Amino acid sequence: MQKLSISLRQAGALVAGTLLLLSLVVLPVQADVKIQEVRSEKGVTAWLVEDYTVPIVTTRFVFQGGSSQDPVGKEGLANLMSGLFDEGAGDLDSNAFQEKLDDVGAEMRFSSTRDGIYGTVRVLAEDKDAAFDLLRLAIEKPRFDQGPVDRIRSQLLTGIDAAERDPNDQARKQWARAVYGEHPYARPDEGTKESLAGLSTDDLHAFHDSQFARDGLYVAVVGAIDAETLKRDLDRLFGNLPEKQKSVPVARVQPKLDQQLKVAYDLPQTSIQMAFPGLERTEPDFFAAVLMNEILGGGTFTSRLFKEVREKRGLAYSVGSMLSNRRYSETLGISTATRSDRAAETVEVIRSVIRQMAQEGPTEAELEAARKYLIGAYAINNLNSSGAIASTLVELQVTGLGKDYIERRPALLEAVTVADVKKVAAKLLSGEPAVMLVGPDVEKVPAE
Amino acid sequence: MRSDPNRLRSALLALSLGIFSSTAFADTPEKKEWAVSHFTLENGMEVVVIPDGRAPITTHMVWYKVGSADEPPGKSGIAHFFEHLMFKGTSNHKAGEFDHAIAEIGGNNNAFTSYDYTAYFETVPSDALESMMGYEADRMRNLVLNDEVVATERDVVLEERRSRIDNDPSALLDEEVSATLWQNQPYRIPVIGWMQEMEELNRKDAREFYDRYYTPNNAVLVVASDLDAETVKAMAERTYGKIERGPDLPARVRPVEPEQNTKRTVTLTDERVSVPSLSSQWVVPSYNTAKPGEAEALDLLSEILGGGLRSRLYQELVVKQGIAASAGASYNGTMLDATSFTVYGTPRGEATLEQVEQAINKQIERIAKDGVTDDELEKAKKRFVRATIFARDRQISMANMYGSALATGATVQDLQEWPDRIGKVTAEEVRAAAVRYLQPSISTTGYLLPTMKAGN
Repeated sequence: MQKLSISLRQAGALVAGTLLLLSLVVLPVQADVKIQEVRSEKGVTAWLVEDYTVPIVTTRFVFQGGSSQDPVGKEGLANLMSGLFDEGAGDLDSNAFQEKLDDVGAEMRFSSTRDGIYGTVRVLAEDKDAAFDLLRLAIEKPRFDQGPVDRIRSQLLTGIDAAERDPNDQARKQWARAVYGEHPYARPDEGTKESLAGLSTDDLHAFHDSQFARDGLYVAVVGAIDAETLKRDLDRLFGNLPEKQKSVPVARVQPKLDQQLKVAYDLPQTSIQMAFPGLERTEPDFFAAVLMNEILGGGTFTSRLFKEVREKRGLAYSVGSMLSNRRYSETLGISTATRSDRAAETVEVIRSVIRQMAQEGPTEAELEAARKYLIGAYAINNLNSSGAIASTLVELQVTGLGKDYIERRPALLEAVTVADVKKVAAKLLSGEPAVMLVGPDVEKVPAE
Repeated sequence: MRSDPNRLRSALLALSLGIFSSTAFADTPEKKEWAVSHFTLENGMEVVVIPDGRAPITTHMVWYKVGSADEPPGKSGIAHFFEHLMFKGTSNHKAGEFDHAIAEIGGNNNAFTSYDYTAYFETVPSDALESMMGYEADRMRNLVLNDEVVATERDVVLEERRSRIDNDPSALLDEEVSATLWQNQPYRIPVIGWMQEMEELNRKDAREFYDRYYTPNNAVLVVASDLDAETVKAMAERTYGKIERGPDLPARVRPVEPEQNTKRTVTLTDERVSVPSLSSQWVVPSYNTAKPGEAEALDLLSEILGGGLRSRLYQELVVKQGIAASAGASYNGTMLDATSFTVYGTPRGEATLEQVEQAINKQIERIAKDGVTDDELEKAKKRFVRATIFARDRQISMANMYGSALATGATVQDLQEWPDRIGKVTAEEVRAAAVRYLQPSISTTGYLLPTMKAGN
């Protein structure tokens, strides 16, 4: 419902680099974020960045699990539950809870992903205690009253209805099934009409009890609050939760690549997606893969894909590649959309960019430029607001990278050589990817 | 049209004249630290410096006071297309060099075009600011264009149109609704342009546009930085200050609307749609065209009527009656000319679109008849002022607020006094705004409908 009609030069607003020799002698911004690890008496830990410049406190946390923990037949449970935490808790019903939240002036949001249930609260420092009281209630004693449950469920059902004839949405679902097979990642995390209809308040309470426990919890707090105060607050917020999650085990999954999906639909554009293998964050080649992806299509304005597909040939508005690291699987994905009569040409251009990278790797100059970009951009992209800092700190905890990761990261990138990138490019890009085309006459488009 | 109400609220605040003001925080110690500086270079370029001492990072934006509503007839899309061409290289720096220079230091850059302005920005380590100013000043004057880059980039913006508009039934409908709501004013033409006119845009059009509008005296420089205003000023003088002033541009007088006096509807039926939705719009004044206090009253009216989970539309239609999956309202006051006020809704369950429409109209009638409560009004005011403090947490949010306001006729003082003016709005003024502007008999309504399947 945005009325603004702003047209960006490129959605995504990222830039990658190739080499140059400019008179610019500028050092990257030192990621000067002082992270304190705070541990409460009851053993709840959080990473804290104390900053009093703007009088606000931002808190972000995750309970690991997410929609991958939805029981079979109860798809959509994590998603439904995350829509209900501001709909009544403790002795406050939905209306009373939201009224208090509004009076306090706190923004409180919950959301679920495949791998976690996230919460974020932002509040003026002077109202922090009142906001934390409400947050504690939401975390500890959500009510899941029938009225709000039915309402949020029926809003979600409307969303599912609305997506039913959207070709791109249907294609996304087919893609997930084709790539992940029987794994929970293949199931619709928003649920289905049937599964949502069957979810009860008992299901919600049971799911909450099993997931909201301290061992799957990671917390980050940024803003006008000191460590001693936070220590007490952590126990108030999370201290009464059970110690251990009761989660079902989720297997790691190798995405099924080397297949083609063609969804024929009369649309103004054909969208093209490809998936190649990715790498776990803990693998020694991971940073080489990060640099390779950056050169290939990670930024936008100067990557190889951007140059070949958009800049030279005007085939697409947006094109890029992305490393996706989920908890149990990883891929390197490429996506774009082009006018349908040029879809075959676009596929061929992307394939030739991939082939060249797989066979020859990057140039020294490309590697150096990508490295400089990735080192310099970290603070600007990941630490540019309280919310961004809190998100980054939670993800660092989830991925186990350590409190000193931000300091170590430049050296990890510096250590990568052209040979390393070439090796990882050959490893990831030599095989046949999964390819999906959605658009008119896609049967006739050669995707290989 | 099925926005999460929370998200909608923040989008709305970002679009409204949300700002911080020293007066709003007169009692807080950070007042001085957040004092905005404002001055004009000798060549007429306006400069705003917003202090942000948290990190050695600077957001540098140049706002040109030209947007799609300033385009010549038949050349729709030229403002946005030209924005793309500004990245094509100059007589001093070949294409891509500026992008590379920014990437080299890990910076971000991009640009955007709207009805009333076009803006270019970089977020970079602060010690690169003068270099950014150098590049930006260079391309204000020395751009090089040839037919080949123009043709390739035109293909890119045509793909952009297909991606953003033609691929999305609700975007197509929005475009048609705007073309119907506005009878005379150029806001009826989409920012990205009409396809058949975009296809014909050429190097000559681009050159004329550039020569006319890209001058220091038609630009506003906004810098949010840990550097002090004196330092920024000296840098600006050494870079932008060297550019000669362009000819004075005539005042931006555009065709204005005739009196709105009919009810219009626009219907789009598309087989990709399975749940219907509607939005109704009215022509209303913007901050720049309103009488004192009226735009502020419209901001508060949209917040109370449909600004989020506590709004009347959400509470009545979604929570109490249970007939809507979503319902809300929005008002974008940051426009040079008259703007629009929008209400929208989507039915849920067995409810029909007609029921949702009637229920929305009933809530508008209620406000027109009985007004809003003091409690509602106070809470809405508090939400706005709070959002201005939250906005200080992101450099680019602050820079955007100043840039968009100054490009649409506001002054720095207007922005700083805004919380006070919001504070003074009375319940009666909010009611009066509803009575005056939200008349069901003169609205323009868009219906997005599923294709009926045989047998249904």
